[in-house]
Amino acid sequence: MTSLVLFYLAGTLTLGGAVGVVGTRNIVHAALFLLASLMGVAGIYLLVFAEFLALVQVLIYGGAIVIVVLFALMLTRLQEFRGSMENRQWPVAVVAAVVLFGVIAAAIVRTGTPAGLERQGPGVQDIGTALFTQWAIPFEVASVLLLVALIGAIVIARAGGRD
Amino acid sequence: MKGLDLLFVAVQILGLLTALSVVVLSLVWFERKILGRIQRRMGPMRVGFHGVLQPVADAVKLILKEDVVPGLADKAVFWVAPLLVFAPSFIIWITIPLARDVVIRNMPMGLLFIIAVSVLGIVGLILAGWSSANKYAILGGLRSAAQLVSYEIPVIMAVVAVAMLAQSMDLVAIAQAQRAIPYAVLQPLGLAIFLTAGIAEVGRTPFDIYFAESEIVGGPFVEYSGAHWAVFFLAEYINTFAIGALVAVLYLGGWVFPLMPDIWWLGFLWVVAKTYLVVFVMFWFRGTFPRLRVDQLMSFSWKLLIPLSFLNIGITAVYLFYGLPKWSLTALSLVVTFAVGYGIYRQFMWPAKATAAERLARARAYRRTEVPDAR
Repeated sequence: MTSLVLFYLAGTLTLGGAVGVVGTRNIVHAALFLLASLMGVAGIYLLVFAEFLALVQVLIYGGAIVIVVLFALMLTRLQEFRGSMENRQWPVAVVAAVVLFGVIAAAIVRTGTPAGLERQGPGVQDIGTALFTQWAIPFEVASVLLLVALIGAIVIARAGGRD
Repeated sequence: MKGLDLLFVAVQILGLLTALSVVVLSLVWFERKILGRIQRRMGPMRVGFHGVLQPVADAVKLILKEDVVPGLADKAVFWVAPLLVFAPSFIIWITIPLARDVVIRNMPMGLLFIIAVSVLGIVGLILAGWSSANKYAILGGLRSAAQLVSYEIPVIMAVVAVAMLAQSMDLVAIAQAQRAIPYAVLQPLGLAIFLTAGIAEVGRTPFDIYFAESEIVGGPFVEYSGAHWAVFFLAEYINTFAIGALVAVLYLGGWVFPLMPDIWWLGFLWVVAKTYLVVFVMFWFRGTFPRLRVDQLMSFSWKLLIPLSFLNIGITAVYLFYGLPKWSLTALSLVVTFAVGYGIYRQFMWPAKATAAERLARARAYRRTEVPDAR
């Protein structure tokens, strides 16, 4: 009963935040709505006992991504926001969003619920072991990708500076 | 039963809020007294015995003050921002233990929870700066984002090394593992990184770049007054106390260190005493060190603290992997800490020891590189 109420609360936060992101005209408000939506998703993770995923969601999305978005917005002028809110590519965005929704929904429907409902999500140690034994190569590939992005950012930043 | 549980949780949260408010009042008094003593003053003396009631008088004054909202401010965001700063600083206390059983809810991922939730406060600071419609506030918001994101990394990396030693992210388990030897002895480097970066995270004085009064007149808080400003103030002191409590639990052996008996109130008092000791060191820093410049602040984190925190993880990993004796970790960590400390000392002392000719030469070299068209 309590978890059902909490589920509806988290769901309302997620969907309401998402509607707010696309509905508002003010881009800083949109970032704030995005934060609310991402926190709602973290709440849903908590309700299905995926504590690690929920905390990483708060740390990466709430902490890092929203802060970087806001930081970038602070560096631009308020007048420049107006133009960026009137985007003519929105029909393409609608198609992309619907297709993505379809793919995810199909994946969820096809997976089905496991027979024994687990009340305890995997702990940090299970995730760490899996990441460094079974999934070691994808993990290393992802870290190389991040390293390339880091070096690329530094190269671009330096190119615009002195010369 | 459910209703009773909810009531119990509500009572606990109210109790926590009350306790933290009292702690904040005590910290304000403590800080003013210590700063006063450092500067050969008495500190507050008039209200109550040695001024103990001064913070209460200040709090009443703050609440009675008019709460001004700037005309051009974004009202909704202006109202939400203080709460976004306060809520994380309060929520992390759910899982900080002050004795083995004196904790609202101990979690197996307590460390990750504290790190993840405390990051959210940065959003509030940026939004406070933006919504005030004030250029100093926006500068402060930018500075706070840059500073807090940079110093978040050494905090996380220092804490990772502690979790490696304890083989756990559970704060109670980490504290219990330090019964004979606290991690401050095994990882002095980790303690130095955590304390430095922690002070920067709460924006205390050598690192109070983002609200530096003499540069940007209060940063994101310029336009806030009355009760709204009090909420920011409360969050800052609660965070200071949280850093103190975390140092006490993660590095100073919490309630068990010098082979303490297992009595809850004794452990509780011991942790509180250790926390106040750490907080005293933070106030002492405030009275001693000058404020850094913005560029110095960023390079201090990215070029010194972050590489050092990785080195700390590397040393700990080698120690754990090869099962080396404990003294080797202590010795290695101490050598690195003192080498870096000596380097920083030389850097700080350079202007005092350099001759006038050296200083002139350096200033000229600096001008030539920074201003290409200067003759």
